[in-house]
Amino acid sequence: MTTLTAATAATVQLKAKRLPKYAPWAIAAAAVLIGLGGVTFAAGGGPVVGAILAALIYFVALITIATFVEGGRSARNRAASALIGSAFVLAVLPLLSVAFTTISRGADRFDADFFYRSMNGITALNAGGGAYHAILGTLEQVGIAVLITVPLGLAGAIYVVEYGRGRLAKWIQFFVDVMTGIPSIVAGLFVLAFWVMVISPIFNDGRPAYSGFAAALALSVLMLPTIVRSAEEMLRLVPSALREGSYALGVPKWRTILKVVIPTALPGIVTGVMLAVARAAGETAPVMLVAGGAFAINGNPFAGQQTSLSLYIYDQASTASQYAPARAWTAALTLVAIVLLLTIVAKLVARRSKLTR
Amino acid sequence: MAKRIEADNVTAYYGSFKAIEGVNMVIERKSVTALIGPSGCGKSTFLRSINRMHEVIPNARVEGTISVDGENIYDKDVDVTAVRRMIGMVFQRPNPFPTMSIFDNVVAGLKLVGVRKKGELQVAAEQALRGANLWEEVKDRLDKPGAGLSGGQQQRLCIARAIAIEPQVVLMDEPCSALDPISTLAIEDLIGELKDSYTIVIVTHNMQQAARVSDRTAFFSLEKTGDPGRLVEYDDTQKIFTNPNEKRTEDYITGRFG
Repeated sequence: MTTLTAATAATVQLKAKRLPKYAPWAIAAAAVLIGLGGVTFAAGGGPVVGAILAALIYFVALITIATFVEGGRSARNRAASALIGSAFVLAVLPLLSVAFTTISRGADRFDADFFYRSMNGITALNAGGGAYHAILGTLEQVGIAVLITVPLGLAGAIYVVEYGRGRLAKWIQFFVDVMTGIPSIVAGLFVLAFWVMVISPIFNDGRPAYSGFAAALALSVLMLPTIVRSAEEMLRLVPSALREGSYALGVPKWRTILKVVIPTALPGIVTGVMLAVARAAGETAPVMLVAGGAFAINGNPFAGQQTSLSLYIYDQASTASQYAPARAWTAALTLVAIVLLLTIVAKLVARRSKLTR
Repeated sequence: MAKRIEADNVTAYYGSFKAIEGVNMVIERKSVTALIGPSGCGKSTFLRSINRMHEVIPNARVEGTISVDGENIYDKDVDVTAVRRMIGMVFQRPNPFPTMSIFDNVVAGLKLVGVRKKGELQVAAEQALRGANLWEEVKDRLDKPGAGLSGGQQQRLCIARAIAIEPQVVLMDEPCSALDPISTLAIEDLIGELKDSYTIVIVTHNMQQAARVSDRTAFFSLEKTGDPGRLVEYDDTQKIFTNPNEKRTEDYITGRFG
């Protein structure tokens, strides 16, 4: 029969002293004051150095005080929380900075003129001009690319997950992985060499034709691997119990995929598509290579050169006119806004079929 | 009207692994048959081969014949989906379709094979839900998601879904093992009512449940691990649990092993 000695029973303490809730905030405030104050008095250094100094002072002070008051384990906990918190702030800072800069600089030309006019006839001294032709171009090119890649990508993913048992499925996965790494300019070169130089002269009296459709093809090459991969992942996430439940009702396999598996995986598939769209909308090199760029409005993606918002931004940013930078910033704001809008709409549409409500 | 099932020398494989061998059994219509036995002896494998769900698993196959009212369902020209519409299944873990409402879940078997008329669907849904003893609990929230019910209700929803297509046979693979005693009782009562219209085969780990619910019981077992499972004894439930013929059956039901 063993008995617990008083010593063993006393080593586990349930309660410990804790710092009051306001303590981390008070330490942070003090650190900021000291950091920024110290920097202004000392020579050189600006708000950035001050912020870094404040952060360091905060860490050291918090950990020291916590070790004295609360004990080693709690201090380590606070240190980890502080580190994670600052990592988050560091990660979000660039995003906020980009958003702020784009909005503040893009607001200048955010007027009706910008959205209704093109650059047709606008010289370097002319303050007007807009991006209607570029917006149209982006919407048409990305739209056609989506129409091509979503059915193709979904079909490929469905084959790999639901039907593929042999080598073909493995080859598809391999090549899709390779395609994910293709640089956008290479995709543009491919479409230039294949579609513009070889195929399009057949329909154009022997002369190569630059068009919005060619740009859409190049964008498709870039979008397809993302869509196939993310659709594949989401389809695999659907539990096999759901498929079995449907088969057990006597529902054929293709109907099960269409009515049970895909609706269940839909929110994830939509996210994958929107990621691909966001990337494609921002690609400049392929559009420049095969759509050629344009100043006037061209609503026909199959004939005649087109531009896109990303190419427009590049054009305006490299033009010598003093009015061009403002246009470039507004175009950037427009591009971000369009992608954001599309994403929100897509998420709302897909929300009806969430896996958990 | 329910159908009669005859299994003749059924052997099932997972790839090259033989899971069950030489099973011969006749299941009469409108009866409840329980399949019992230790884990891994092939009861679920045999159950799944009755409605041709075994072959859904890659590289799995079944040899031998299983006849339903005289027709061999493993014949070359047989349409698998027609077999499964005739022989329904309820699984161990409830699996309602998460993107569909309760109503859509119940009529899924009908909708997904082309029945469109709203009137027909509504009648079928109410009938099935009443049959599964779930109508009173969900009649006011038929458009709510199917996944928002408790475990016992979800399982009854799956049973309603299975009987909505009016099968001849209902197979149940340990339907109560994921449920609490009250829900289990509800489902056992349900089985008692369903047996008036369907042939039921139920796999269960719970011997008391087999004794309560079934007319005949089949005991499966294996000699040693790695061996294929075999049907050891198949008789009236009363006899199996009071005076079995085989020693192995007696050892199992008295708890000496398994």
